[in-house]
Amino acid sequence: MTVTDSQTSHGILGTRTLRKEDPKLLSGEAKFTDDLVIPGALYMALLRSNVAHAKIVSIDTEAAKEAPGVVAVYTYDDLKDDWAGPMPCAWPVTPDMKNPNHFPLANGKVNYVGDGIAVVLANSKEQAIDALELISVEYDEIDPVLEIEDSAKDERVIHQDLGTNASFKWDLIPNKDGVDEAFAKAAFTVSERYIQQRIVPAAMEPRSIVVVPAPFGGDFTIYNTTQIPHILKIMLALTVGISESKIRVIAPSVGGGFGSKLDVYAEDVLTLALARKLRKPIRWTEERTENALATIHGRGQVQYIELAADASGKVTAVRVNILADMGAYLQLITPGIPLLGAFLYHGVYDVPNYSFSCTGYFTNKTPTDAYRGAGRPEATFAIERAMDALAHKMGISPIEIRRRNFIKKEQFPYSSAAGLVFDSGDYETNLDKAVGLLGIEEILAEKQRRIDSGSTKLLGLGMSFFVEMCGLAPSRVLASLNYGAGGWEAATVRILPTSKVQVVTGSAPHGQGHETAWAMIVADRLGIDINDIEVLHSDTAIAPHGLDTYGSRSLSVGGSAVHMATEKVLEKARSIAAHQLEVSEADLDYASGMFTVKGSPDKAFPLAGAAFEAFTAHNLPDGMEPNLEASVTWDPPNFTFPYGSHFAVVEIDTETGKVDLLRYLAVDDCGNRVNPLIIEGQVHGGLAQGIAQALFEEAAYDDRGNLITSTLADYLVPSAAEFPFFELDHTITPSPTNPLGVKGIGEAGAIASPPAIINAVVDALNHLGIEDVEMPASPQRVWRAINGAKKG
Amino acid sequence: MEVTMTVNGAKVSKDVEPRTLLVHFVRDQLGLTGTNIGCDTSSCGACTLHVNGESVKSCTMLAVQADGQDITTIEGMAKADGEMHPMQKAFQENHGLQCGYCTPGMVMAATSLLAENPHPTEQEVRHGLEGNLCRCTGYHNIVKAVLAAADGMAEV
Repeated sequence: MTVTDSQTSHGILGTRTLRKEDPKLLSGEAKFTDDLVIPGALYMALLRSNVAHAKIVSIDTEAAKEAPGVVAVYTYDDLKDDWAGPMPCAWPVTPDMKNPNHFPLANGKVNYVGDGIAVVLANSKEQAIDALELISVEYDEIDPVLEIEDSAKDERVIHQDLGTNASFKWDLIPNKDGVDEAFAKAAFTVSERYIQQRIVPAAMEPRSIVVVPAPFGGDFTIYNTTQIPHILKIMLALTVGISESKIRVIAPSVGGGFGSKLDVYAEDVLTLALARKLRKPIRWTEERTENALATIHGRGQVQYIELAADASGKVTAVRVNILADMGAYLQLITPGIPLLGAFLYHGVYDVPNYSFSCTGYFTNKTPTDAYRGAGRPEATFAIERAMDALAHKMGISPIEIRRRNFIKKEQFPYSSAAGLVFDSGDYETNLDKAVGLLGIEEILAEKQRRIDSGSTKLLGLGMSFFVEMCGLAPSRVLASLNYGAGGWEAATVRILPTSKVQVVTGSAPHGQGHETAWAMIVADRLGIDINDIEVLHSDTAIAPHGLDTYGSRSLSVGGSAVHMATEKVLEKARSIAAHQLEVSEADLDYASGMFTVKGSPDKAFPLAGAAFEAFTAHNLPDGMEPNLEASVTWDPPNFTFPYGSHFAVVEIDTETGKVDLLRYLAVDDCGNRVNPLIIEGQVHGGLAQGIAQALFEEAAYDDRGNLITSTLADYLVPSAAEFPFFELDHTITPSPTNPLGVKGIGEAGAIASPPAIINAVVDALNHLGIEDVEMPASPQRVWRAINGAKKG
Repeated sequence: MEVTMTVNGAKVSKDVEPRTLLVHFVRDQLGLTGTNIGCDTSSCGACTLHVNGESVKSCTMLAVQADGQDITTIEGMAKADGEMHPMQKAFQENHGLQCGYCTPGMVMAATSLLAENPHPTEQEVRHGLEGNLCRCTGYHNIVKAVLAAADGMAEV
C-alpha cells in the first residue's frame, strides 16, 4: 500500500483517550447475557458428579420429572442421537494424540467432580435447581488419579480404551547432540524442578447462555459470554449438527474471560441442542461453584529445566521436560497450551542449543486450557527461576547473569535455536531504565540491615525479564503446529452517507477497550472525531468473519486490519475526490477530513462529500462500485515479541510466613502505544493475576479429588488490600511485523510477575539456606520453609 | 408478601416470595440489571447497592427486609439529566474499569466509603474495598479513581 499523503497521522495514537465503553458500563445500561429478558425461556440446570472417578450404575430421574415446573430431564442416553460430533478439541498436537470420548453428559462413567450427568429444564431457575436434588445416582467408585506424576505411572488408567493416561508426547529437539555436548562441557549446570499449580481463572462474570430459536426458518440466536463468538459458531455447527448459516452468536457485554471463555463447553452445546429439541428459548447461568468445577483451570504442570553454562556464565544449552495436566478431557485447545510456551524456555537469552519435551497426562480433575498467558507464563517462570539459580551458583547477581546472556540489540531479527524469529528488541536499554528507577543499592542495604539486626521482617528483591510470542498468529505457523484454524483477522471500515463511520472487527473484546482503540486507529488516519466512529463487534451476523480475542492478538492483528481497511477506504475516497476536482489522485493532500489540491489549497473536497457521492453514485469514476467501504483480512507474517524488566520487593514476616508486596516495578516494551491508559490497565490486571498465582491462588483438591477451593470464600482472588500501587514505565521498540508497529500487552503482566515474586521471596530467605518456595507462597508454606531451614 | 420501598427515588410495591433475595428482586422484578451477581457466598461484592445510603451486598438481604427502606442502585447514581455521579466520572477518567462487571458494585461501595470517610488514605481505600473483587484492573486505577473522587468531591 502506498501512502501518498503528507499527513498520515492526526496525533491521536499515543494519547490517553478515555474509553467510549465506559458510560454504559458505569450507568448499568450495559447488558450482560444474564441481564437479557427472554419471554418463555426454560431454565437449564446440570446435575454434576460429586465424585471424581466412578462408573455410573444407575440414574433415576423419575422424581425430578414430576417436580413442580419441570419440563424435561435428560441423561446421556436420552440425548445420544442429538450430537453430530463429540465435544471439540481443535488442536490435535500430534497425529497419534489420544483424545477420550467426550460428550456433554457422562456416558456411563464420570471422570471429575463437576462432570455433567443429567440436565433439567424447568420454568424457573429455582425449580430447575430444586429438581436436581430429586435425581439419584448410584456410583461404583474408582480410586481417582490426581497427581500428574501418578498419572504418568499408568498404574490406573482413567480412559481404559486409550490404554494409557498419556495423551501425547511432543518434542522440539532440533539439535540433541549439541545439547548433550553443551552439558558435557559445561562449567556450571543447574537442574530445577518447578510446579505450576492449577489456577481458577475466575472471571467476575460467570458463564451464561441464552439460545433463542427463531419463530420460523430454523435459525438460532445465541447470546453467550464468550471470547470467541466466531469460533463458537463453527464448533456449535459441527457438534450439534445445525448448518452454520442458521447460527448467529452474539457476545453482549462480557465480564472478563482470561482464556476461560475461549472454549466450547457442555452447556454451550446442550442449550443449543435442547432449544432445537423443544423449540423453546433455553437459558443457563453458572453458579460460582460451577465456575470453579466446570469452567477450565489454567496452568497445571510439573517442569524440569536444566541449564548448561560456560565459565563466564554464558548459557550454552537449555533442556526442558514438562508434564502437563490435561485434566479429565481435552477441551478446545487443552493439549496446545504447553506448545505456546515450548519455544520460549530460553527466554530473552541467546542460547545456541535447545531441547524441549512435553507429555500431556489425564487426571481426574477439571480439564485445563488457556489462562492468561497460556504456556508462556509457565515457560517464563522456569527460565527466570533457573537463571536466578545459576546466578546464585556462580555467586553473581541476577542482573549480571541476565546481561551476560541477553540477545543483543544488533542480533534482531533474532533466529532462535527453537526456530522462532524474534521481531525486535533492545533488552539492555529496557533493563537499564528499570534499574535506574529501582534504587537497588538502598533496597539491598536495607535488606542486609534487617538480616544483621535479626529483624523478623526480611526483605527480598526479585526480578524477571520476560519475552513472549503473541499476536496469534501467522496461519502457516499454526499449520505447522497442527492447530485447527488460522490466525488472521478481518476488518471493514464503512463511511456512511451522513459521514458517520462504522468499523466492523472480527475480534471480540471483553474489557480490552476495542471500541475506543479501534476508533482511535481510524480517527488518527482520517482526522475525524472518535465519537463519529462506531465499532461493531461480537455478533456473527454483523461481523461475519473473525477469529476473536485471545493471545494478545487483537491490536497487532485485528487493529492492523482496521488500519489497513482505513487506508483502503481513504484511497477510494481519494479517487472520488480527484474525479470531482478533475485532478489526478497524486495531486491531492489529505488532512482532517478534507482533500486539497497540492499547491492550491483553496481547491478542496471533503471526505464527507466523497461518502455522499459514493452513496448517490450519480457521478463516480468509470467502473467504480458505489458505497464507501473497504474490507481487509490480514494474516500476520510473524508473532510479536513484547518484553520487559520486572522487579518485586517483598517483605516476609518470619513469625507468620506472610509475604507482603512492598513494590512492583514493570518496564514493558509493547512497541508503539495506541492508548497508554488502556496499556497500563492491561499491565495492572495481568500483574495482579500473576502475583496472585505466586502468592495466593491454587485450585486445591483433597485426596478423593474434591475441589476444596470451589467458592470465592475459599479460593483467594486477591482484593485491593493485597497490592501496592504498581510502578510502570516503558521503552518503545516498534515491531516490524505489522503496520502499526505494535506488540501485545494483555498477557505481559501475568507472564512476568510470578517469577519476579518468587525470586524475591527466595532472595529474602536465601541466607537461611532456602533455594525454592513453591507457588503459591502462602504464609503456611513460607513459615514451614523458614522453620524447616532452622531445624535443618 | 407485598413489599413497598423507594428505589432510585421512586416508590415501588411488589409481591415477593419470602425467600427472594434483594438482588434478585431488583434484577428480576424491577429490571434493574446494573446490579450484578458474581458469586454465591457474599464474597465478590458485584451486587453492592445502597440501603438508606449505606452499601449493602444485596445477596445478603431478603427483599422483605428492605420493606420500607430507601434503595439506590447504580441506575440511580446519575442525575436525572444523565450527568454521571462524580464517582462514576472518576472511574472513567482514571480507567477504573475494564470489563465493567464488578464496576456497579465497586462504585456503590466506593461512594459509601467516601460518605463515611471523605478523606481516606490509600490504605483506607484499599481496606474499605476489600469486599469487592475485580479481576481486570489489579485495583490500581480503582484506588486512584476513589482517591481522585475524594479530592474532587471535597472541592465541590
